[in-house]
Amino acid sequence: MEEAMVTGDLVKMGALIGAGLACTGMGGAAIGVGHVVGNYLSGALRNPAAAGGQTATMFIGIAFAEALGIFSFLVALLLMYAQ
Amino acid sequence: MAEHAVEGAVEEGAKLNIHPMAQFEITPLFGDGPIHWYTPTNVTLWLFIAIVAIVLLMVIATRGRNVVPSRGQSVAEMVYSFVRGMIVDITGEEGLKYFPYIMTLFLIILFTNVLGLLPMSFTVMSHIAVTGVLAMAVFTAVTLLGFFKNGTKFLKIFWISEAPLALRPILAIIEIISYFVRPVSHSIRLAGNMMAGHAVIKVFAGFAAVLAAGTPLGIGLIAPVGAIMAVYGLELLVVVIQAYVFTILTCVYLNDALHPGH
Repeated sequence: MEEAMVTGDLVKMGALIGAGLACTGMGGAAIGVGHVVGNYLSGALRNPAAAGGQTATMFIGIAFAEALGIFSFLVALLLMYAQ
Repeated sequence: MAEHAVEGAVEEGAKLNIHPMAQFEITPLFGDGPIHWYTPTNVTLWLFIAIVAIVLLMVIATRGRNVVPSRGQSVAEMVYSFVRGMIVDITGEEGLKYFPYIMTLFLIILFTNVLGLLPMSFTVMSHIAVTGVLAMAVFTAVTLLGFFKNGTKFLKIFWISEAPLALRPILAIIEIISYFVRPVSHSIRLAGNMMAGHAVIKVFAGFAAVLAAGTPLGIGLIAPVGAIMAVYGLELLVVVIQAYVFTILTCVYLNDALHPGH
């Protein structure tokens, strides 16, 4: 039986594992964005005349919710390539 | 067998420079020397192209000043009225004094973002150095404006009058912290979105290079090229929305400065 040899340094392995773990943050961001848009849709289907004025608010809400997912993706990218 | 194909393709890939982060490097335009403050780099080239495009749309196309607008003039008028409507919606009529600044922000971010979608180009807004300066400028301008216009009443944005009196100090501390996090989130949102989208496209391009070398006749190319097309379409939407979001958040912060108090 051969022995399996793990090559490469431990720091790189730690960085890559950390990058994988950081990507779980994007799940929360996806749920958040879906929540905002879902609430907008349910409100817009009840009151279509008032829906147009709130699209701006929806986009602001999407930006805030998505920004935190982007932060986690940024951490993952930094760990993978700038380590 | 597959490993050899992968290794060979990765070596070819290294020569093709498809490392996902290599597209964000700043390289001088002429020669390989060190980058001083006066060196023309790919950043300066693409900023120049963006400014030429903005001038072409906003100045040259509207030169005729027809009452019935030509095509270019009507596009310029649409952009103008879009930004003007956004400012009036959020800050009211007083915010129109700051229309040139907000229009400049919107146009430069929109044009540099869209130009970054061209192949072999450089996305200027993907560097935190650029977006950090834009966000710091917005933050500093809005804070100074708030203090000049309102004096110490500007601090009322931290003191929420609708909350119960016992909670107000804690809420004030949280509000102060979130106020100072504003330039951080403002800049990282734009830079992160730009960098993430382009890095994902480059990663799929790496898969395409490996599969082109590894499968017979390159039949495996269908999947990554399809993925690249899908992500590219999403990037087009994200790019326009991020320019809009940066501008509308600037308007919201400006409204906080002009009309403080909740």
